[in-house]
Amino acid sequence: MENFLTNLPYQLFILVLAVFLGFALISKVPPLLHTPLMSEANAICGIIIVGALIAAGAEAESPFAIVLGTAAVALAAFNVVGGYMVTERMLKMFKKKDSAQ
Amino acid sequence: MNIHFFVQITYILASILFAFGLKFLGSPETARKGNQLSALGMLLAVIATLVGNHMIGFQWIILGLVIGSALGAFVALKAGMTQMPEMIALLHGCGALGSVFVDWVHYLKLHSQLIFTINGVESFALFLSIVIGALTFTGSLIAWGKLSERLPGRPILFPGQQWVNLMILGGILISGVLFLMNPVRIDLFYTFLALSFVFGIFLVIPIGGADMPVVISVLNSYSGVVACTTGFVINNTLLIVVGAIVGANGVILSIIMCKAMNRSLTNVLFGGFGAAKKKSVSGVKKEVHSATIADAQLILEAATSVVIAPGYGLAVAQAQHAVRELGEILEKNGAEVRYAIHPVAGRMPGHMNVLLAEANVPYEQLVEMEHINPTMNTVDVAIVIGANDTVNPAALTDKTSPIYGMPIIETFKAKTVFVIKRSMASGFAGIENELFYYDNTLMIFGDAKDVVQKLVAEFKNK
Repeated sequence: MENFLTNLPYQLFILVLAVFLGFALISKVPPLLHTPLMSEANAICGIIIVGALIAAGAEAESPFAIVLGTAAVALAAFNVVGGYMVTERMLKMFKKKDSAQ
Repeated sequence: MNIHFFVQITYILASILFAFGLKFLGSPETARKGNQLSALGMLLAVIATLVGNHMIGFQWIILGLVIGSALGAFVALKAGMTQMPEMIALLHGCGALGSVFVDWVHYLKLHSQLIFTINGVESFALFLSIVIGALTFTGSLIAWGKLSERLPGRPILFPGQQWVNLMILGGILISGVLFLMNPVRIDLFYTFLALSFVFGIFLVIPIGGADMPVVISVLNSYSGVVACTTGFVINNTLLIVVGAIVGANGVILSIIMCKAMNRSLTNVLFGGFGAAKKKSVSGVKKEVHSATIADAQLILEAATSVVIAPGYGLAVAQAQHAVRELGEILEKNGAEVRYAIHPVAGRMPGHMNVLLAEANVPYEQLVEMEHINPTMNTVDVAIVIGANDTVNPAALTDKTSPIYGMPIIETFKAKTVFVIKRSMASGFAGIENELFYYDNTLMIFGDAKDVVQKLVAEFKNK
């Protein structure tokens, strides 16, 4: 109980600052790059892999929980690898005039 | 110094790398570096997590990592740029389902303990996380189905839909409140989990294909919120930070998309636009001018400034390579060629840009709507390919039009407008396009790719 009362204001504080950071960073991205921006956001959203690793490696006890945890790792890894690779592929295509041919 | 401290420091480092990654996306020149920095941050976060937690066994982790990464790499390399919206929808769905599973495992672990303890914040975060995660998963799957045409793209409506939605939502809220009062009840947990999966389906089926840019942006925001709430559930600050950034991203993109359609978010998500109000075709028969390929070629040959306004039809017809070829021929002929990109052209934010970039169009030629409109008066020829509502002047002039107030690419101001179209059938929402009846408009009927290829051939034969 003590733990959560000290943790919560601190976590909310971080949350609020992160929201502002997000707005500041993303409003600078030109519409030209909105699709890669979205896949990039997708990829970093795969940060859930951190939770999935803990779930599969340290928290899951019953066989059912192990299945869920392993699936969570697979889904998050899909998100991370798929997201970064597809962003990379798209960004490679954006070329300047002199190098387009 | 304990290991926990190092994990936290690495998490901070990862957040910094993610932030710089997004900052570098501000320009196409630095964007790739940004993506790589961001990926490095992810790698650091994964390593820190593996080292810093007391892991019982690695076999399941490795199994999950191998399967997920292999599938992710396969899909990322295989997907064409036309399929990008559905790929993104699929990624949203997987991330959200992953979050749901993480919360679920956490709850099962708490449940298996001799003394069940959970505090109010955790149980509330758990409830939010499961609900948003589950509906984002099924919602994304429906969006994926619609975008990949495995499901019909039109809005699916049935009588009493709103009531069904309200009942499901009510069920979620009631089971949620009861759960918060007594979080040990796993039956309530499964109730709102199941109802939220169903709710996601019902939220997205009534939304039409052309509104998908908004839906994808909203789902993007939700997937961020889910990561964030999961962070509260498992007490992980990195998830809270990243989730908040991604959530903000989705919100910004949704707002941009809605503004570009001059509609409110509520209207897009709950309006069922385009299904209910089909405008009856006016009785007045208006005249349309059409042109042959040879006519069009002659006019284009004389043009010194050409603007190409692409829409989703370009993607459907896979005409982007042919269009780039035409653009190059026109440039060699001495014309200035630019592409006018409407924010909601295509099925997701920035869709036209990646399609044309894939076809090797240099990004300097891709011009945003608000930058190209002031110069439209000086343009000799505007070519509309596969676009309809985004070039309809009724949005500016006709107060009774459903799209009145929506910003458009003002192609009608060009000296000549070519509209490449299969037939006179009206576009999304059955709105007639006044542009087709303008005196300076010439219709070229046919498949976009076919027509553009014939134009290219006509130039080469000269």
